[in-house]
Amino acid sequence: MKYLDEYRDERIARALAAEIAQRVTRPWALMEICGGQTHTIMRYGIDDLLPEGVELVHGPGCPVCVTPLETIDKAIELASRPQVTLVSYGDMLRVPGSETDLFQVKAKGGDVRVVYSPLEAVKLARALPTRKVVFLAIGFETTAPANAMAAWQAKQSNLENFSLLVSHVLVPPAIRLLLKSPQNRVQAFIAPGHVCTVMGYTQYEQLVAEFRVPIVVGGFEPVDILEAILMLVAQLEQGEARLENQYVRSVTRPGNLPAQGMVERVFEVSDQKWRGIGAIPGSGLRLRPEFAAYDADKVFGLSAVEVREPPECISALVLQGLKKPTDCPAFASRCTPENPLGAPMVSAEGACAAYYHYRRHRIAN
Amino acid sequence: MDQQASPNAFSCPLPLPAGGRVLLGHGSGGKLSAELLRQIFLPAFQNPALGRLDDQAVVSINGSRLAFTTDSFVVRPLFFPGGDIGSLAVYGTVNDLAMGGAQPLFLSVAFILEEGLPIETLQRVVQSARRAAEQAGVQIVTGDTKVVENGNCDGLFINTSGIGIVPEGVRLSADQARPGDRILLSGPIGEHGIAILAQREGLEFEGAVASDSAPLHTLVAAMLAQAPALRCLRDPTRGGLSSTCNEIAAQSGVGMLLEERAIPLREEVRGACEMLGLDPLYVANEGKLVAIVEAGAAQRILESMRSHPLGRQAAIIGTVRDGHPGQVLLRTRLGTTRIVDMLAGDQLPRIC
Repeated sequence: MKYLDEYRDERIARALAAEIAQRVTRPWALMEICGGQTHTIMRYGIDDLLPEGVELVHGPGCPVCVTPLETIDKAIELASRPQVTLVSYGDMLRVPGSETDLFQVKAKGGDVRVVYSPLEAVKLARALPTRKVVFLAIGFETTAPANAMAAWQAKQSNLENFSLLVSHVLVPPAIRLLLKSPQNRVQAFIAPGHVCTVMGYTQYEQLVAEFRVPIVVGGFEPVDILEAILMLVAQLEQGEARLENQYVRSVTRPGNLPAQGMVERVFEVSDQKWRGIGAIPGSGLRLRPEFAAYDADKVFGLSAVEVREPPECISALVLQGLKKPTDCPAFASRCTPENPLGAPMVSAEGACAAYYHYRRHRIAN
Repeated sequence: MDQQASPNAFSCPLPLPAGGRVLLGHGSGGKLSAELLRQIFLPAFQNPALGRLDDQAVVSINGSRLAFTTDSFVVRPLFFPGGDIGSLAVYGTVNDLAMGGAQPLFLSVAFILEEGLPIETLQRVVQSARRAAEQAGVQIVTGDTKVVENGNCDGLFINTSGIGIVPEGVRLSADQARPGDRILLSGPIGEHGIAILAQREGLEFEGAVASDSAPLHTLVAAMLAQAPALRCLRDPTRGGLSSTCNEIAAQSGVGMLLEERAIPLREEVRGACEMLGLDPLYVANEGKLVAIVEAGAAQRILESMRSHPLGRQAAIIGTVRDGHPGQVLLRTRLGTTRIVDMLAGDQLPRIC
């Protein structure tokens, strides 16, 4: 398959790995931001191909994992109301809330539906005029344009029974927080290719300048990731800090301007809480006041939910790259995909689930 | 903003309390399904024939060995590229019998119909089931019909049961895989699941994907010529190739190593899976089988499969090993290895 096979080619992958090994003279800690990249690394065993000393630290870029518990609890509360049809991306359904998850609500008769696109939720609202259709609009800059488009279309057609429960997060403020943390040990970043496809990479150039940290915009296939690692290692070994774009087949410096324009029209930047990490100033998106009629928080008068998360799960440290999933005493014993303690064990992009599904044999052996 | 980010204030969600309700995932063929079986059904009905946990029970009556099986079909949509619920219900049960090495003979068909279902729809399904039975050489000798109120079922559901005769000397079971055995697959995976998903969700791909729904008993008959070397047959339906391999590995107490490169997969199915964020190893098949065979006979059995129309693209996809019992590993295209796990419930499409 074109654009896939060449990026999964064993010969190319091994050649890149050999070149990385040749360049490395001392240990380096690199972080891949995006959960999709973590998934590829685990699925293809890319860290097995790397020389000792090059460590991949898994970042907070799993949208399911960082959606705050409050949002999950609100979604669960809405889905439990008889007049509400709650529409969501598939992997949100199994994320544990404080007491239950959306699968359980569905089993108790709640109307919970999975779609591939928020525009399907808009269609559903048109088809079900007597229902209040709520779309659980979560994700990074990647899903923001489509979610914005859903609100925009609803407003254009005066759709009255549609709203969005919004919990959007932005990548650059999270990288800034990580770099400012006194505990930070990440020396270079693979920036998320899909986010940059939408947003371009000028914000990452600012991070490079501000923190003198190498950043390479990377793709999602094994060869993409190995090439991005090679570019970062080359910079680190030379003592350089530049923004480079490995994912040139998808990412341009300005990004997708019409998509950014749609996001800009519908959303504004806000402070945002990240599950497991805490509040990060200016790291989220919320609906602009002119879209208040489509804001589920306002439409349903949802009040701030009080949540409490117990201490055993170390997902906060995992999401910041301070610990590996296998450092967790509950990993694969008290915390499994069937009974997840934390969101990173739920989503396919969550670091804990990626380790669980693909790498448990390393621990057993 | 109720709190500022602080590395010391990190926290994590509570574990879920035991659910106490049936979830959709309990029907996925994954770990949740296995849990129902272990906790509810097996303790209630335990007996040696059931305890084998094969796709069919084999019971002896007056010296004859009968294979007996049952299956329910709740597919939506009722009609899909490559088949419909009627033919699927016949082939599904024929295949469950065939996986025991049995010659399928007689089927029952029970319909649960939703009030308001167009008679024409029922007629199409019944005619399709008739043609499928003719093609498979089985007779539908008994049946039942129930009608439920509008809204209480999705158009129509079908249950089929079937019996067949297991030939002398044929003993196939999922607990017979031994280290060194080879793992054979009869053709490309994931076609049924993707055909259904594409039709249900109105997804359009380059090149249509049709269900592989087909009766496998004649393919099995061709393989049975090598019977003593044939240890186990399974059709990787819901839960896909991964669940089938995991089940066999667990029941035989062996490990498995699959070769990613060797697993046949059509480009259209691969493309659809890439787009939807699905792993084809977990996508359902309705016309494929996995065979565990003695290493020495693997090539002969492979050839017998390839000479049958339903096994033309058959391949040796891996080996049974004695380390890591119950665990299925995959050697990736990059030469690294990873686990092929059994999923908890259904595969969930990823966000981005």
